[in-house]
Amino acid sequence: MATLNILIAVCLAYVALLFGVAFMAERAALKGRGNWLRSPWIYTLSLSIYCTAWTFYGAVGYAARSGLEFVTIYLGPTLVMVGWWWALRKMVRIGRTQRITSVADLISSRYGKSGLLAVCVTVLAVIGITPYISLQLQSVTLSFSSFAISDPDGVSLIAGYDTALWVAVGLALFTILFGTRNLDANERHHGVVMAIAVEAVVKLFALIAVGVFVVWGLAGGVGPMMERIDASEIGQWQMDGGRWVGLTFLSAAAFLTLPRMFQVLVVENEDERHLRTAAWAFPTYLMLMSLFVVPIAVIGLEVMPAGSNPDQFVLTVPLTQGQEGLAMLSFLGGFSSATSMVIVAAIALSTMVSNHIVMPIFLRLTQGGASGPSDVRHVVILARRLSIGVVLALGYLYYKVSGGGAALAAIGLVSFAGLAQLLPAMMGGIFWRGATRNGAFAGLVVGFAIWTWCLLLPGFGGGVLSQAVMEQGPWGLSWLRPHALFGIEGIDPLLHAGMWSLLLNVTVFVLVSLVSFPSPLERLQGAQFVNIFDHSDNPQSWSGGIAQSEDLMIMAQRILGPEQVQSFFQAEAARQGLAGYLPEPTPDFLARLERELSGAVGGATAHAMVAQIMGAATVSVEDLLAVADETAQMMEYSSQLEAKSNELTRTARQLRAANDKLTQLSVQKDAFLSQISHELRTPMTSIRAFSEILRDAEGLEPKDLTRYASIIHAEAIRLTRLLDDLLDLSVLENGQVNLNIRDGLLSDVISHAIAASGTDMHAMRVRRSGPAAEIVLTTDHDRLAQVFINLIANAQKYCDADRPELTIDVSRRGGRVIVDFIDNGSGIPPQAQGMVFEKFYRVADRQAGGAGLGLAICREIMGRLGGTLGYLPGQGGAAFRVSLPAAQRMAAR
Amino acid sequence: MAKHVLIIEDEPNIIEAISFILSRDGWQVDTHSNGHDAVAVVRARAPDLVILDVMLPGRSGYDILTDLRAQPETQDLPILMLTARGQARDRELAEKAGASRFMTKPFSNADVIEALNALVAE
Repeated sequence: MATLNILIAVCLAYVALLFGVAFMAERAALKGRGNWLRSPWIYTLSLSIYCTAWTFYGAVGYAARSGLEFVTIYLGPTLVMVGWWWALRKMVRIGRTQRITSVADLISSRYGKSGLLAVCVTVLAVIGITPYISLQLQSVTLSFSSFAISDPDGVSLIAGYDTALWVAVGLALFTILFGTRNLDANERHHGVVMAIAVEAVVKLFALIAVGVFVVWGLAGGVGPMMERIDASEIGQWQMDGGRWVGLTFLSAAAFLTLPRMFQVLVVENEDERHLRTAAWAFPTYLMLMSLFVVPIAVIGLEVMPAGSNPDQFVLTVPLTQGQEGLAMLSFLGGFSSATSMVIVAAIALSTMVSNHIVMPIFLRLTQGGASGPSDVRHVVILARRLSIGVVLALGYLYYKVSGGGAALAAIGLVSFAGLAQLLPAMMGGIFWRGATRNGAFAGLVVGFAIWTWCLLLPGFGGGVLSQAVMEQGPWGLSWLRPHALFGIEGIDPLLHAGMWSLLLNVTVFVLVSLVSFPSPLERLQGAQFVNIFDHSDNPQSWSGGIAQSEDLMIMAQRILGPEQVQSFFQAEAARQGLAGYLPEPTPDFLARLERELSGAVGGATAHAMVAQIMGAATVSVEDLLAVADETAQMMEYSSQLEAKSNELTRTARQLRAANDKLTQLSVQKDAFLSQISHELRTPMTSIRAFSEILRDAEGLEPKDLTRYASIIHAEAIRLTRLLDDLLDLSVLENGQVNLNIRDGLLSDVISHAIAASGTDMHAMRVRRSGPAAEIVLTTDHDRLAQVFINLIANAQKYCDADRPELTIDVSRRGGRVIVDFIDNGSGIPPQAQGMVFEKFYRVADRQAGGAGLGLAICREIMGRLGGTLGYLPGQGGAAFRVSLPAAQRMAAR
Repeated sequence: MAKHVLIIEDEPNIIEAISFILSRDGWQVDTHSNGHDAVAVVRARAPDLVILDVMLPGRSGYDILTDLRAQPETQDLPILMLTARGQARDRELAEKAGASRFMTKPFSNADVIEALNALVAE
């Protein structure tokens, strides 16, 4: 009784110590002081949760039953750590960059974040781990019983209680206290890891202590020990090659797929470089753990009475030898092994259960409605705690159903084989881009079903599968016999189940993956997982020579243009201390080149181009997707450019038109100047010639003198008028014309024009018609009169009728006032009608005088006044129509 | 014997001025003021020398000159061209058409007489 009490007290004290360690570690981490927490040694020690009670107690039992075969359990992880170091590194890198929280998360993320797959993996993991947890319960229960046997009162005490239940409850509480204090699954459990590390030291120390006691205390040294081993049946044990290979493979697979191993390997990993240390330190740890297994088993078989459980030799050998202290240490070692495994496994499983089963259901039920974030936190914590309870309850149930009689190692191997079913989906996902969700799902289901049928269910004993089913198969289908699937008999049940389940798992996985088509998200994730090292932030080391620099230069020139590239390359070469244009393709240079290029073509394309030339990386789907993205942007940009280019083309067209017009104007201007020159020179010629005649005065008669002087005078006036007209036209065409706008009667303007034209002196009659006296015009009356005078004067000059007559007709049409000037002459020939308004155009010979600017000036004036002047054909004589906007109001009556 | 000059010009004041100074200088002056039939008039009247304006009603002086040069009778006839458009292009056109002399209006009376005498002397 006393011993048992002490045992319980020691246990509680030990747990309290662990809790204290965890608490302090977390405090330290919180305050940022815990640098030592992030040492690779802690990481390595935390990996030791691989060594559970199975290893601590079971390995010796295994050795006692099956000789050296127990080594396979250590061999698998060792091979993985040493030989598959790079695969582990990839897994760790993926886990860290993708913020993976569990095995289920890893697999579901890889296959397009599939919820179904996550649930499937979670369920599989929970079921697969259940025997394993029951193993821990069984071993702790056994160790309690072992102590109890040595204590007379203890036997009755143990009989009165269900020890396994208490252990389960205790471990559940312990795990909840440890594991769910921290909510975020991505946060690392510094406290837990630290406690595990302490436990790792304790169990190693305990096992070695027992081993040292056995070898030097009982066997009397190494030499005698070796002799005893040789003499024992363990030494004679025949090795079963198939089982060795199978078990090594299973343990290697389990090392990668066990949720708790993933938790410490990936989730709790602080630094990828820790793997380097762990790669040799962890195998060393395993070696130390296995060092004394055989001696303890051999001595145990010798000293313990026949029929005693070899799984308890580590504990019972010291006990029977009266080494209670050592036994206590051994007990603590076993307790450590069991608790550390249960804690981490429960944390890992509860994370999976709450993240992939409870939370999705909860969120679907609440529709994310009224519950705020604090509610969700609460639910998550509750879900984790319940999950831990459920996981341990399942373990307890399995323990109860299986009867607790099986060897520890056998139970553990059932778990290993179950968890190994995750391996194809996991490794395929990391290394094979072609792996699809459907393939992973189908493979998992098939493998898991075979494992359940061939290994899990038979493990429950007679209760679940009847003897008849085991021997004849279900419904008499002999090829479905759990231990002789497809009629293949005589293989070890574990190997049989492991072989068939994994073989069919892989086959189905590969076939379905090849047949099915992955979703875009799946492909993207697949690319990211498989090519994780191409994308994560570790700098890529390029290597290459000057030849590649030249290729890079050619490529860059195509993108950036020769000048920029040449100066860039020259500067880079100078930076490296090289003359010329070709620098060594150092990572530094390449990174800068990528940056240069990415300005023009985008980062992803730049990377892909450089990678292509350096030949250092394949262009991944993700790269291509990124390129496609950029291309889309560039296409948009290029369509903008196209629009701009169209606009430019339009502008160019307009410019060309403007230029044509200017050229035309320039030609017109030349013609105009030529005309002006002609118009000016003609009167000046007369003036000069006659003035010279007058000057010389030779041969002049008096009447000639007067005549020539009057010619000079007339030509001078003509010249003046021409200049006036030119200036007037110039102002009207280009300059600021000051209009003197005022109200006035149209009839007044017409009267003024007729008077100014002096029609009385010519023999031309002027007739007026229409309501000119009723029309008030708001306009420049002087300018309008100028137009009228010009029209009347033209009629006087050009009307060729015998009795010239001019009709001035006023009318209102639409919103306009119309004034027509129609004479009774022969009119203007049709081909000249369009020309009369051109500058310097004259219909008849120049006897009529004038420079031919009158009508041009009139048309300009009408434009300024908001009206028009045009020729009106078909009126008999020459007819001009003046059109003006109507006044705002009628003349006041 | 007085030399016979034909003035083809449409501006009456200029005809009068040139006629006066040439008559005074002893030329037999003949005038014509139309472009249409200028070539026929030249052939009909067969002057020793022609003063030809460029801007004529009906036909341009260049065309008339080209026609005259194309005919053997008037091929070498001394022709003084007068133009009121004093640009270089006009001079080129005149030389191309075969003008013996080219003068820009307004001109000095003395220059005209000198030019005519020189043309006759050639």
